Amino acid sequence: MDVVNQLRRQFVDYSTSLHREGILDDQFTQLQKLQDENSPDFVVEVASLFFEDCEKLINNMGRALEQQQGVDFKQVDASVHQLKGSSSSIGAMRVKNVCITFRSFCEAQNREGCLRCLQQVIHEFSLLKNKLQTLFRLEQQILTAGGSIPVIE
Amino acid sequence: MECNCIEPQWPPDDLLMKYQYISDFFIALAYFSIPLELIYFVKKSSVFPYRWVLVQFGAFIVLCGATHLINLWTFTPHTRTVASVMTIAKVLTALVSCVTALMLVHIIPDLLSVKTRELFLKNKAAELDREMGLIRTQEETGRHVRMLTHEIRSTLDRHTILRTTLIELGRTLSLEECALWMPTRTGLELQLSYTLRQQNPVGYTVPIHHPVINQVFSTNHAVKISPNCPVARLRPAGKYLPGEVVAVRVPLLHLSNFHINDWPELSTKRYALMVLMLPSDSARQWHVHELELVEAVTDQVAVALSHAAILEESMRARNLLMEQNVALDLARREAETAIRARNDFLAVMNHEMRTPMHAIITLSSLLQETELTPEQRLMVETILKSSNLLATLINDVLDLSRLEDGSLQLDLGTFNIYTVFREVLKLIKPIASVKKLHVSLSLAPDLPEYAVGDEKRLMQTILNVVGNAVKFSKEGSITITAFVAKPETLRDSRAPEFLPVPSDNHFYLRVQVKDSGCGVSPQDIPNLFTKFAQNQSTATRNSGGSGLGLAISKRFVNLMEGHIWIESEGLGKGCTAIFIVKLGIPERVNEYKLPYMPKMPTNHGHTAFPGLKVLVMDENGVSRTVTKELLMHLGCDVTTVGSSDECLQLVSHEHKVVFMDINVPGTDSHRITSRIHEKFAKRNERPLIVTLIGNTDKLTKENCMRIGMDGLIVKPVSLDKMKSVLSDLLEHRVLFEGI
Repeated sequence: MDVVNQLRRQFVDYSTSLHREGILDDQFTQLQKLQDENSPDFVVEVASLFFEDCEKLINNMGRALEQQQGVDFKQVDASVHQLKGSSSSIGAMRVKNVCITFRSFCEAQNREGCLRCLQQVIHEFSLLKNKLQTLFRLEQQILTAGGSIPVIE
Repeated sequence: MECNCIEPQWPPDDLLMKYQYISDFFIALAYFSIPLELIYFVKKSSVFPYRWVLVQFGAFIVLCGATHLINLWTFTPHTRTVASVMTIAKVLTALVSCVTALMLVHIIPDLLSVKTRELFLKNKAAELDREMGLIRTQEETGRHVRMLTHEIRSTLDRHTILRTTLIELGRTLSLEECALWMPTRTGLELQLSYTLRQQNPVGYTVPIHHPVINQVFSTNHAVKISPNCPVARLRPAGKYLPGEVVAVRVPLLHLSNFHINDWPELSTKRYALMVLMLPSDSARQWHVHELELVEAVTDQVAVALSHAAILEESMRARNLLMEQNVALDLARREAETAIRARNDFLAVMNHEMRTPMHAIITLSSLLQETELTPEQRLMVETILKSSNLLATLINDVLDLSRLEDGSLQLDLGTFNIYTVFREVLKLIKPIASVKKLHVSLSLAPDLPEYAVGDEKRLMQTILNVVGNAVKFSKEGSITITAFVAKPETLRDSRAPEFLPVPSDNHFYLRVQVKDSGCGVSPQDIPNLFTKFAQNQSTATRNSGGSGLGLAISKRFVNLMEGHIWIESEGLGKGCTAIFIVKLGIPERVNEYKLPYMPKMPTNHGHTAFPGLKVLVMDENGVSRTVTKELLMHLGCDVTTVGSSDECLQLVSHEHKVVFMDINVPGTDSHRITSRIHEKFAKRNERPLIVTLIGNTDKLTKENCMRIGMDGLIVKPVSLDKMKSVLSDLLEHRVLFEGI
C-alpha cells in the first residue's frame, strides 16, 4: 500500500502543479468528476479527441498563414475559434489564453503576430500533451497497483 | 107687518149707533186687509215655517171681519136671513178663533225661541269675526317671522345676521330704534354692538347685573321695560312721550356647549340683549302678537348665530388641517429625499469602497502565494491583515446604518445550530491557540439540532462575542455554553423590559461566553453597547476594531427578539457575555432545503433527470463530447449532432431540450430557433431551446430572447451548474442567467 500511497501523492502533487502553473484549470477538474464506473476512460477519450482536433487545426492554420499571396484571415480566425472552444472545454487554460491573443491578431490581420501566436500555440500544446500523458500514465500506474485515483477538490 | 125681521136693539139713528156702524166698517176693512198684507209679505219672504198658522189666522181674521161686516146690516131692521148669516158667521168665527187661540199656545213659544236663537247666532258671528281677526294677525306675524328668518338665515356671516335682524324687525314692526347689546369678554358688562339708526355705535357699556336686565334674562319671553332703563336710553332726549320699550334675551350658544349626542344645557348661558322701541308720540302699544313675533325671531337669530359659529369653527379647523397637511407633506418629502440621498450614498460607498478593498485583498493574497523574501512576506501579511480589518469595518458600518433605520431584515432559514457553533470554534481556535487561551464549547443535550432563524447573523453575533472574549483575555480560558432557556429563567432583573413569551413554535437559545480576561468595571457596562465607545482603560490599541461590534450584535439580538448583556465582577475579574435569542422550531426538517448540506456524490447525478431526452448540437467535437458526458451523467438520454442541418433533421417532439453550442451567435442560431418554432406549433410540444455561450453581454442576451430562445447558459458549465440549470429550466420553462 505504500507504493499506492506514494503514487497517489505523486499524482496529487503533479495535478496541483499543473493547476498552479495554469496549464489546466477548473474545467479539467469538472471533466475528472464526470468520469465514473459508467465511463471510466472519459478523460482520456476527451483528451485524445482534443489532441487530434488540435493537430488538425494547427496544420490548417500553418498552411493558411504560409500562403504567400493573401492570407485568408477569416479561415485562420475560424480555426483559432475552434481551438479556443476545444481548449476551454477541456480546461487547457494556457492554450485558450494564447488563442484569445491569436484572435485579436487575426482581426488586425497581422501576419507576423499570427505566426508568433501559432508558434506559441504549438509550444503550449506540446507542453500540455506531454503533461497530460504523464498524468494519465500515473493514473494507469495507480490503477494497476490496485489503488483508486484521488479526487482533487 | 110681519116681515120676520129682527129689530136692532138700539134705534138706528142714535149717535152711538152711528159710531158703532162706522167702527164696524173700519174693523171689517182692516180685518180684510190684514190677511191680504200677510199673504203678500209671506209670499215675498221665503222663510216662514208656519203657513198653516197663517191660514188659520187669516181665516180667523177674515171671519172676524165678515162678522163685523155683517154687523153693519144689523143696525137697520134686517131679515132673519141676515141674522142667521150673522149667526153662522159668528159661530164660525168663534170656532176658528178658539182653535187659533189653542194653536197659538204652541206657536208663540216657538216663535220666541227663534228669536233667542237668532240672538245667539248673532253673538257667535261676532265672536268668529273677532277670532278671524286674530288669526289673520297671527298669520301676518308668521309671515313676517318667516320672512325675517329667511333674511337672517340667508347668510352665515355673523354681522350680517345681526344687522339684518335689526333692520327687518325695525321694518316689520315699524320701530323707532332697535338695539343689540352683546356681553363683553369678561362677561360683566353689556356692550352696545348694533343699532338700527347708527352704523357704528360708540361703545356704551352697561353693567350686566342690573335688576331689569336680570329680569329680562330670566325668562325667554319679551319683557316690557321702562324707557328710562339704561339700556333703553338710546334716543335723543326731547321727545314728549317715549314709546314703549320691549327687551328680549338672545341666547348665545357657545360652541363648546355643543356635544353631538346631547343638547346643550340652558343653564350656563351667555345672553345678548335686544331692545326694541316703538316710535314715540305714537300711542302705539305692544300687542301680544308683536311680542310673539319678537320672541320667535330671537330664537331664529340664536340658531342662525350658532350655525355661523359652527361654520367659522369648521372653516378654521379645516384651514389649520390643510396647513398642517402641507407642512407634513413637505416634511415627508424632505425626509424621503434625505433617505434616498443617504441610501444612494451608501449604495455608492458600498460598491466603491468594496471594489478596491476586494482588489487589494485578492491581490495581496495572490502576492502571498508567490516567492517573497521574509521582509516582503511580512509586509504583505500586514497589508492583508489591515485590508481585512478595513473590509470588516466597512461592512460593519454599512450594516449598522442599515440596522439603524430598520431596513435590515433577517434572512430566515432552517440551519443546524451545532454546525454554527463548530464553525465559530474553528474560526476562533487559531487566534486562541496563538494567545494560548483554552476554548471549550458545551452544548446542552436538549438543544435542538435544527432551528429557524438568520444563520449568518447569529454566527456573526456569536463570533463577535467570542471574539471579544478572546480579544480582551491575555491568558486563561474561554467557556462557551449554549442551552435552551427555561421560561422561569428568562425574566432577568437586569432587563425588566424584556418579556419573552414562550410558545410552541419557538424556543429561546441562551448563549453564555465566560472569559478570564480583564473584565469590565460596573460603571462602564452600560456603555459597552454604545456605538464607537471603547473601554479606554485597557490596552485597546492592540485590539483594533471599531467598537461597533457589540452595538451591531445588540441590534441583531434585538431583531431576533432577544436580549444581550454583560456581567462582570470588576476589573481583572473576567466577564461573562450572555445573550438570549428567539429561534423558531422547524416543523419538518425534510421540507426545508438545508443550505450546508454536504456536496452530493457524483453518483447521485444519475437519478436527477432520468431518461430526459435531449439534443446537443455542437460543431466542436471536444466540446460536444464534454457536454454529452455532462448530460449523460445527469441521467439524460443524449443525442448529439454536429451541424445545424442535422439538428433540424433529428429534432422531434420527444426531445425535451435542445442545447446549442454557439461559437458565433448569429444567423445560424436564429435559423434553427425559428425553424424549431415553426416545426412545433404548440408550445408544450416544442423542445426548450438553450444556447451555451462562452461569454455574453446584455445585447447578446436580448438577442437570444428576441429570436425565441428559452434559455442561455454561460460556459464553463460545471456538473452542479448544469444540474441546477436544468431543474430551473424544466420548472420555469425559461432561464436566462444573469449577466
